[in-house]
Amino acid sequence: MASRVVMPKLSDTMEEGTILRWIKQEGDKVETGQTLAEVETDKATVEMEAYTNGVLRKVIAQAGATIKVGAIIAVIGAPDEDISALIEPVAPTREAPPPPPAASPRPAGVAPTRPVTLPATALRAAPPAAARDAGPGRSLRASPLALRMAAEAGIDLASLQGTGPQGRVIKRDIEAALAQASGAEPALPGGQPAVEVREIELSSMRRTIARRLVQSKAPVPHFYLTVDVAMDRLWEAYRALRDENYPISLNDVIIKAAASALKRHPEMNASFAGDHVKQYGRVHIGVAVALEDGLITPVIRDADSKSIDEIAAEARTLADRARNRRLQPHEYTGATFSISNLGMMGIEEFSAIINPPEAGILAVGAVREAPVVENGQVRVGRRMKLTLSVDHRVADGAQGARFLATLRRMLENPLLVG
Amino acid sequence: MPLITYRDALTQALREEMQRDPNVFLMGEEVGVYQGAYKVSRGLLQEFGERRVIDTPITEEGFAGVGVGSAMVGLRPIIEMMTWNFSMLAMDQIINSAAKMLYMSGGQFKIPMVVRGPGGAAHQLAAQHSQSLEGWFAHVPGLKVVAPSTPYDAKGLLKSAIRDDDPVIFFEGETLYGSKGEVPEGEYTVPLGVADVKRAGTDVTIIAWSKMVSIALKAAEALAAEGIACEVIDPRTLRPLDEEPLVASVQKTNRCVIVEEGWEYSGIGAQLAYVIHRDAFGDLDAPVTRVTGADVPMPYAKNLEHMAMPSPARVVQAVKEVLYIE
Repeated sequence: MASRVVMPKLSDTMEEGTILRWIKQEGDKVETGQTLAEVETDKATVEMEAYTNGVLRKVIAQAGATIKVGAIIAVIGAPDEDISALIEPVAPTREAPPPPPAASPRPAGVAPTRPVTLPATALRAAPPAAARDAGPGRSLRASPLALRMAAEAGIDLASLQGTGPQGRVIKRDIEAALAQASGAEPALPGGQPAVEVREIELSSMRRTIARRLVQSKAPVPHFYLTVDVAMDRLWEAYRALRDENYPISLNDVIIKAAASALKRHPEMNASFAGDHVKQYGRVHIGVAVALEDGLITPVIRDADSKSIDEIAAEARTLADRARNRRLQPHEYTGATFSISNLGMMGIEEFSAIINPPEAGILAVGAVREAPVVENGQVRVGRRMKLTLSVDHRVADGAQGARFLATLRRMLENPLLVG
Repeated sequence: MPLITYRDALTQALREEMQRDPNVFLMGEEVGVYQGAYKVSRGLLQEFGERRVIDTPITEEGFAGVGVGSAMVGLRPIIEMMTWNFSMLAMDQIINSAAKMLYMSGGQFKIPMVVRGPGGAAHQLAAQHSQSLEGWFAHVPGLKVVAPSTPYDAKGLLKSAIRDDDPVIFFEGETLYGSKGEVPEGEYTVPLGVADVKRAGTDVTIIAWSKMVSIALKAAEALAAEGIACEVIDPRTLRPLDEEPLVASVQKTNRCVIVEEGWEYSGIGAQLAYVIHRDAFGDLDAPVTRVTGADVPMPYAKNLEHMAMPSPARVVQAVKEVLYIE
């Protein structure tokens, strides 16, 4: 019996996926477990497998299309079966317009799919803007000239409202957009814009970051607490370990210390859930890893009960996998608190945006030499700034301060870490 | 430069070529004693005698066949169709013999023949006598098809056609015979296969030939008053087609309207539109639009005849459509 293949939900945060490539073509025989297509989610590129035997009768969502979770993308069935009843038009979408069709409970006859992480490949070419659609049910129309002009000027056609028939984007629309752009920037005598603008198509990851962090910064009432930590002793210990070729980083120690401090201050290991606060019994630390086109926070689970050695090894593996885009969904979801360290980039102090629904994120600055006044004497010491961003709906200033004080005490007395 | 009629420009071309080459002769219905149904051969019988200006019975297939045969043995016949509507009777000679003889004889026989006469609608000549059949002939490999729009082009192109070693189908606009234009006194030719820009402009390309050039120019004039600069291009030769200037113009203007007196279906304009799409697709801001004759046998009633033909107003409308003004 024929069944629908729908865009699978491959991570908690996934709302849509882009079909990079169909591995099976219409008419190909398909067996359970065989790869149907490659899908770019908000976090990674995964292979989508078939969970049913038959023939790939109809590809509904073509390569390049971005499809909402739960929407039909193909039909698998017997070679001669009538599948017309199963085929429904698919409305690819760029942004995530409301409401998601059939996102939850799956309709009967849906062929489930399971995600498999794909080895890093070069299959990440973004589909051309024209191939995508601009909104629900509205296909993007443009004259060939407008397409070319937009490509040359780096204008995203989807951002324009065409004035031609059926909303076709035409030359004058591009010219209007260019005029508007050059109106905002002083033009040079040659008619060239003063600033050369290069527009870069958003990757799925960048779109996710943009969407989620707006979800954080705007509705989550952040406040910030900063402490200056004396790092002399930890630095000494760290250097000593390094000299012994111990493969740990300062960040591993901070992860361990923060996890221990969170264990003692569970009010910071929590999240806001509308009418109640969730306090977590286990401490999972998300560690921000910068990628070329975004960032991702792989999670070190139960960091409070792991040794620094274990944390160091795990953090290193996860970071490598993140950079190669080989993280599986369970490896980057479910953190209860996050740490972002820009110290290695020379940043002394910064405040990070909370990764919802977590209640806090710790921004770690560089360890630096600084004048320290002790007993009326100035000496050279090592200092590090920590800034804690807190969701004020979950915790208050004093609670954040107490957590920070515990963390500071641990870092200043390395023997207390653990 | 003298201002003469299209008719007289054609007569000049015939006379000059008959003076230049004794192998050139004119044959057709009423070309001699009656001086031509449209007076294109006025004075030629008197000047060149009845061996070179030959009146024929009403036998289109017959005298077209005589033309092919005489061309095969080295003469250069000019066959006048009283109107192109009658050429249907000569189609077998034109298509099966004239067009294919060079190929089928392995290059042994050239057919330096011109078949000429008036085409298109005139004034209330009704369905059987108001047809633009360029598309029929341009369809056939082996034929060259020419359709001049001005006296200057008519003379220069006819001289080139007579000197050409291939069969040339030469469409004269039936209502153009009395139109006047500047024609130089001396000898000149206009090469086959070369288009001409009749009006320069930057906003839209209008392609038209024969009588439709004047329609296009009237539309361009009206549009100029609205600040729209039309470029009007006359391919002059419909086969072989001078594609490059047409494409270059559309690449400049990004829009194209083709005006054709004949029917839309399988018309010359379809080929032109294909060429534009093939070579200038990335430069198009709107689909190529065609203004053509109505898809009906030509009505006899004057008002309906007008409605069935391209008009400056319809061209203006089409230009505004490709400019997305209306």
